[in-house]
Amino acid sequence: MNTFDYVRPATVAEAVAAASEPGAAYLAAGTNLLDLMKGGVTRPRRLVDIGRLPGLDRIEDLPDGGVRIGALVRNADLAHDRPFARRFPAVAEALLSGASAQLRNAATVGGNLLQRTRCAYFHDVASACNKRDPGAGCDARGGDNRLHAVMGWSERCIATHPSDLCVPLVALDAVVEVEGRAGRRDIPFEMFHRLPQDAPQRESVLEPGEMIIAVRLPAEAVQFAAHARYLKVRERTSYAFAVVSAAAALRVEGDRITQARLALGGVAAKPWRAREAEPILSGARPDDRLFRRAAEAALAEAKPSGDNGFKIELARRIIVRALTLAMAGTPARTPALPASCFAAASGDVIHA
Amino acid sequence: MRISTTLTINGVKKTIELDDPRTTLLDLLRERLNLTGTKKGCDRGQCGACTVIVDGRRINACLALAISHDGADVLTIEGVAQGDRLHPVQEAFIAHDGLQCGFCTPGQIMSAIGLIREGQAGDDPERVREGMSGNLCRCGAYQGITEAVLEAQKALGAASRREVA
Repeated sequence: MNTFDYVRPATVAEAVAAASEPGAAYLAAGTNLLDLMKGGVTRPRRLVDIGRLPGLDRIEDLPDGGVRIGALVRNADLAHDRPFARRFPAVAEALLSGASAQLRNAATVGGNLLQRTRCAYFHDVASACNKRDPGAGCDARGGDNRLHAVMGWSERCIATHPSDLCVPLVALDAVVEVEGRAGRRDIPFEMFHRLPQDAPQRESVLEPGEMIIAVRLPAEAVQFAAHARYLKVRERTSYAFAVVSAAAALRVEGDRITQARLALGGVAAKPWRAREAEPILSGARPDDRLFRRAAEAALAEAKPSGDNGFKIELARRIIVRALTLAMAGTPARTPALPASCFAAASGDVIHA
Repeated sequence: MRISTTLTINGVKKTIELDDPRTTLLDLLRERLNLTGTKKGCDRGQCGACTVIVDGRRINACLALAISHDGADVLTIEGVAQGDRLHPVQEAFIAHDGLQCGFCTPGQIMSAIGLIREGQAGDDPERVREGMSGNLCRCGAYQGITEAVLEAQKALGAASRREVA
């Protein structure tokens, strides 16, 4: 690990000023950053420790019925906050399906949005990687790429975004609050992460020094609470990143879906909102054929970036399964194996 | 750059001069304070051997900078027994053969203490296994570990009920 200057600002304004210098990086829990620094993958000259900035660790109810999650709220605290989990069960399930209990106790919501890809060539400093070293090339293109992107990738980069949390957040129209030298602004979640195009080193729309302050979920997202699930295929039962995952959230009246939200994880450099599938589901009577049609629409633009064509059909099947589970109803309690395709239907359904 | 950091470790307050901001909590415990019960396995947050309890929560000490934990309360494996009296989780690991080589055991025990405090797993073995999935055991003593956690939780529950009564 390279050495660095360590600064601990007392206010957001001080933090933004300190992090606006070239070579500076924000440090929250460090569960991703320190790992990357130990591997020499990132080499910040200055760490701006924002872990103790006051007021950013709260989960607040908003007057309009939405909720505001401070950037420093720990993953475990959010997932186990009962009022939150009741209103946003797919978010809680996604959180609990990610990492380990130790990491969830430390890792923050803001850090989750900014975590880096798990692409092995990004992590291996002996490999060519346009994300780590712009212009160097991409060894993943001709390498072991069965877990890489099938949507929105470019010749420069085929890496995926590893977050579970971000998948239900993009499905539920979350908003990211950021603060920078130019003041505060709101960024719709779907616009927050960038596709690689010709600049894979730019992973979000954050300007230098800009800091995530909070993530807001709008009041209307609560209306999906009775039919919201997250489902994640992993290469082992627990403590693994998604091969493919899906968040499905439905509003159901009588025998019809009145509104649908769908997003995929593990398929692109950003959490992927499957907008093409949503109008197919809205207003329709749910059955397997409908879900399959929605899944086909969601993956219509998918294209293998290497030896990963299987992920396209896997994603379709995960969508059908996630929609089936969401239709069956949110369990009263997050399942023992959150988001697992091995979990039996467990727990009582919250309500019809 | 020399930085002074104060930590309460196993109930004892210590002020430590850090000469390098890169020092992790794990390296501080092992190299500076000779508390080598906390193990360095992968050093990258993947194996759980370095699990300690900081301000009441289990975390990976290898992915925590010591400098950013100034003022924290740290509990390590060295601090869980009371003299010769083992902690109920330690006793249960022995009773259920929750170990073979023993390298992962301090991390397993600290993680189990954390899991029981969190109170999310109840008496469901599946939830215990899931809650302990951040601790790898290459000897494969998982069956014994799960049984030990369940029994220790019962013993601790009984003890706390006695205290209340």
